[in-house]
Amino acid sequence: MHVTGDTVPAVMLDGVSFAYPGGPAALEDATLAVERGSFVGIAGPNGGGKTTLLRLALGLERPATGTVLLHGRPPGTRGGPRVGYLPQRAHLTAGSPVTVREIVSAGRLAVRGAFGPLRAVDRAAVAAAIERVGLAERADVPLRTLSGGMQQRAFIAKALAAEPALLALDEPTTGVDAASQETLAALLDELRRELGVTVLYVSHEFGAVEHVVTRLLLVRGRITFDGLPSELPGHLHDPSHVH
Amino acid sequence: MLRFEFMRLAFAAGAVVGLLAPAVGFFLVERRAALVGDGLGHLAFAGVAAGTLLGISPVGTALVFAVAGALAIQWLGTRRHAAGDQALALVFYTGIALGVVLVSAAGRLDAGLFAFLFGSILTVESSDLWLILALGGVAFLAIGLLWRGLVATTLDPEGSRVAGARVAALDTVVAVLAALTVGISMRIVGVLLVAALMTLPVIAAQRLAWSLSSTFGLAALVGLGSVLVGLTISYYADLPPGGTIVLVAAAVALVATVARPVGRAR
Ligand SMILES: Nc1ncnc2c1ncn2[C@@H]1O[C@H](COP(=O)(O)OP(=O)(O)OP(=O)(O)O)[C@@H](O)[C@H]1O
Ligand SMILES: [Mg+2]
Repeated sequence: MHVTGDTVPAVMLDGVSFAYPGGPAALEDATLAVERGSFVGIAGPNGGGKTTLLRLALGLERPATGTVLLHGRPPGTRGGPRVGYLPQRAHLTAGSPVTVREIVSAGRLAVRGAFGPLRAVDRAAVAAAIERVGLAERADVPLRTLSGGMQQRAFIAKALAAEPALLALDEPTTGVDAASQETLAALLDELRRELGVTVLYVSHEFGAVEHVVTRLLLVRGRITFDGLPSELPGHLHDPSHVH
Repeated sequence: MLRFEFMRLAFAAGAVVGLLAPAVGFFLVERRAALVGDGLGHLAFAGVAAGTLLGISPVGTALVFAVAGALAIQWLGTRRHAAGDQALALVFYTGIALGVVLVSAAGRLDAGLFAFLFGSILTVESSDLWLILALGGVAFLAIGLLWRGLVATTLDPEGSRVAGARVAALDTVVAVLAALTVGISMRIVGVLLVAALMTLPVIAAQRLAWSLSSTFGLAALVGLGSVLVGLTISYYADLPPGGTIVLVAAAVALVATVARPVGRAR
């Protein structure tokens, strides 16, 4: 495949297989090219390999075979896309109180690097990300004093604060109320349309994002479906319960 | 007591140590690596013994041993030759065993060595003070410049990797800072108790603070206060300062823990 410039896929997996140490294959022969500005919904049963697929795409796991490229480069190398990442069941292990603003500020690492202080633009971006998830009033309280769903929204804000070209969200709406899910769906759609952000969105629940997903993957040890949501064969409907 | 040159030196060095030990310890505690400080103390002991045997500055050799040990743990850990605590055990027990062997070889289980184990207010020399000020300054500068990177990798190592940060390099910075801290704190609190001064003020601060940055600031203040009070007690009661300083810090941590039980965990 010879492609240049903006036609280079945002995410490319070619023949990727992976197993956790001592375990069976978690993902086999995954091949995939995601165009920039797509909104990819990723569904499949528990243990199907959705999280594994995301971690491989972001370079957090190394494939046993095959290659992974982000914007044409191996993940984690210079010149790749800025990535915002929300892990599944994000939480803090710190013993200290960490405020919402402090955790969201850590998301600026992707933009500003590790060296030197945050600038006014960074602080504004942090405040904007907090505002977008509706936590402006709680910005300076410790995360652990917030409800579970509010904490999840703070971690979403951290991913947004990276001003990412690629946004990888692993079950972002777990514990998040319906209104906030709608807000998030609208926000992601706006980022995609206006800034060309590529979204990888793992979920069991596509209610809120149904109308904004441009492509659907089903993952069950391998990629068992890849296409438009409307093309999903009848027997695969209700993607969270594919057995 | 400040009439005496040795007390002025001890207070000046103690102030640096009191601020720096919890500041670096903050990152170790948050990374669940508080034991690293203890292990580096053991290695510094081997360094002191080596310096004594060779007849050169024990502070210098202790610094070399501690930094080398910190780098060795990093290297063993990142190359996955050994799991984290196995790498620690390997390096640290080698350190203390080497220390014991070297001390016996030097035939010097004497008061000088005792001062390094438990700290001493009599032994801070002005050359030590300059070294402590210089290395302390470098350490604080490094923390200041890399604050965001160190915090981000501490809170979320994987997220930092995805963000393109050089996580292994930042981890190495923390390890080397810990080694420097052990090396320069040794004269005041002693190698056996230096880890206590790196952790107890942080534990106290975690109970009292309202944010990550306030935890850091309060920990440094508690450390400073413990050293100043501990040195004063040590002077009037004629006790080794390591013990009095750590008892003060422990008392603060205990009061803070009883007064403000930790907020509900997630
Ligand atoms: N850290 C790990 N060590 C060993 N095996 C793992 C690990 N993480 C996942 N697995 C295994 O890999 C397979 C895929 O897991 P993965 O977490 O990718 O599934 P998932 O589709 O994200 O599931 P869920 O819907 O429950 O989040 C499972 O069989 C799981 O047991
Ligand atoms: Mg998962």
